[in-house]
Amino acid sequence: MAKPSIAVHKFSSCDGCQLAFLNAGEDLLTLSELIDIRHFLEAGMADEEAKVDIAFVEGSISTDEEIERIARVRANSDFVVTIGACATAGGLQALRNLDDNHEAWKNAIYAKPQFITTLDYARPVKELIKVDFELWGCPVNGRQVLAAVQQLLFGVAPLQSNDKVCMECKRTHTVCVMVAENRPCMGPVTRTGCGALCPRFGRDCYACFGPAENINGPAMAARLQGLGLPPADVARRFLFINSQAGDFHEIGRQSYRRGFDDD
Amino acid sequence: MAKTHAGAPPYRPAGCAGVSLPKSTKPPISGAEIRMLVYPVIDTHPCGNDVIMEDRGFLARRELQTLIDALKHAGYRVVAPRVVDHAIQYLDLDHADQLPHGWQDTQAPGSYRLTQSDETRCFAWANGPQALKPYLFKSREVLWHSQRETDGNLSFHTDETEPQALAVIGVRACDLAALALHDQHFLERIPDPYYAAQRKKLLLIAVHCSHPADTCFCVSTGDGPRAQSGCDLALSELDDGYLVEVGSPAGESLIEALPLENATTEQHAQANAQIEHATRAQQRSLPSRNLRDRLFVRLNHPRWQAVAERCLSCGNCTSVCPTCFCHQETQVPTLGGDSSEHVREWDSCFTQGHSYMHGFIVRPETEHRYRQWLTHKLGSWHDQYGRSGCVGCGRCITWCPVGIDITEEAYAICGTPPADGGEA
Repeated sequence: MAKPSIAVHKFSSCDGCQLAFLNAGEDLLTLSELIDIRHFLEAGMADEEAKVDIAFVEGSISTDEEIERIARVRANSDFVVTIGACATAGGLQALRNLDDNHEAWKNAIYAKPQFITTLDYARPVKELIKVDFELWGCPVNGRQVLAAVQQLLFGVAPLQSNDKVCMECKRTHTVCVMVAENRPCMGPVTRTGCGALCPRFGRDCYACFGPAENINGPAMAARLQGLGLPPADVARRFLFINSQAGDFHEIGRQSYRRGFDDD
Repeated sequence: MAKTHAGAPPYRPAGCAGVSLPKSTKPPISGAEIRMLVYPVIDTHPCGNDVIMEDRGFLARRELQTLIDALKHAGYRVVAPRVVDHAIQYLDLDHADQLPHGWQDTQAPGSYRLTQSDETRCFAWANGPQALKPYLFKSREVLWHSQRETDGNLSFHTDETEPQALAVIGVRACDLAALALHDQHFLERIPDPYYAAQRKKLLLIAVHCSHPADTCFCVSTGDGPRAQSGCDLALSELDDGYLVEVGSPAGESLIEALPLENATTEQHAQANAQIEHATRAQQRSLPSRNLRDRLFVRLNHPRWQAVAERCLSCGNCTSVCPTCFCHQETQVPTLGGDSSEHVREWDSCFTQGHSYMHGFIVRPETEHRYRQWLTHKLGSWHDQYGRSGCVGCGRCITWCPVGIDITEEAYAICGTPPADGGEA
């Protein structure tokens, strides 16, 4: 029986999520024995149109070319798995979606904006094509990616926790930085999977893994304000990396508007 | 199966000085054979039964190191409170100067702060986020490994390594009460060999609580502030040292190494006064030690919805609760799929997975998750374990990021003023 094949496609992104594969070390060697890696530019395999069992997609859709290319990825792949915040929830570049002012931002940021051809909005992949599974995180980590690959190899739907980061903090005996230090930690609304990386090093979670299940956005926003954050900062906590994730978008936009009213 | 006890709720005897409480009506513990297996000498760990702590004298603070050295000499891993990452944490300790000298805690709903003064005392605080639970019911633990053999069969292996004997210094009365509950759960109903392995090699040195936090209510639950039983030694901390009481043969042999002095009447009086103060200082309480019937006739109370509007459903309360024992188990296979670890880790009734049953989530709403927690903790525990699951440590109040107060919610839902105290 032929080995299952995969492709890793890059769209608008920083390439950091692909490193989850490249940094896997010995596991990457094991993986290459189990599967056939057909397309993965960062690792040196180039066959963009290859038909594969699983396509991993990094990056958001933010150009006309990407709209066409993502449709071909879907047509060529049995399963499409998004990896990381950009592909799954827009990423940092989706901040431009928030105020309908893409041209002004582009002209302000780039020295020669006439060479920049982008859409007004950066979209998560699922807004363009059907996505079979999402891996959250900015960036994703090797444990997540390899577990997903492995479960697909086993022929089962991948499982991943949608618990809050708080659960992982407690399992790692990390002292709550919000309760003990008043830090504006996003752990109570953020999906785990990072192993509570930031709180374990004494800093507050900044929600890079996106919303957990059953979050209470209004109560979280109220708590952040109670810690002294003005509405604009509350908005930044929710919208920073995963602004296109529904649960974060809604509550973040409410604070965002209030933040402007305060100015 | 769940045991049910008809009639009066079987309280644990508590009896802080001057407070009279009903004698225990707890039935004889079942599973005696298992207990014999776990505890060859039952008296060593009475597991909730009354033991008279006997005064043995006074240990000067400068001699505290001799206690630590004696434990190390006897082969114990020594764990004691230390200030790490802005909190009192029970961690490995080598020297008495690593204890939290002069540290005090200020706790409030959703807030924990430590401050240090010139005081010489090491135990002038109430508690930290955890105490014994992580050492016995581990937050993440591999239960067994499975391996695919060359002939295609599966083999299963467990790690038979005996844990090192563990001595914990500075446990509180509430921690001991929680331990007695975990003993019921993990040793009697369905014996858990992972818990039992460390439990039978555990030595406990309690320190009576003299500085309860604003969030404490162990007097109300009958579990403190005096450590009455279930420990090997109990200490009363005074300005210059410790009154030492012995509660087991293991404790008895331990004090042979200690340079104890005769305790004075004044020292005893001061120790009692401290506990009296710690008793009177507590402001919070639960409406009753048995809220079972009152809760279960209020399943549609509007307060459940009101608390859900504030609750983040984050699971912090259950994780810091010293009696919560819910967990999930998962298989973690290697990438090649030739071997797998079966992992148990802490779960919470506030997660989605906790009520997931074959494609169906029983409790998708926070309202129902909070209700599940409270009605189990304060209600159906009485059916399962003969008492409430709350020991009054107040951790769920302090470590809730939005400061939800279990005592406030219990009063709001059960609707009885503190002065009443009667049943539903």
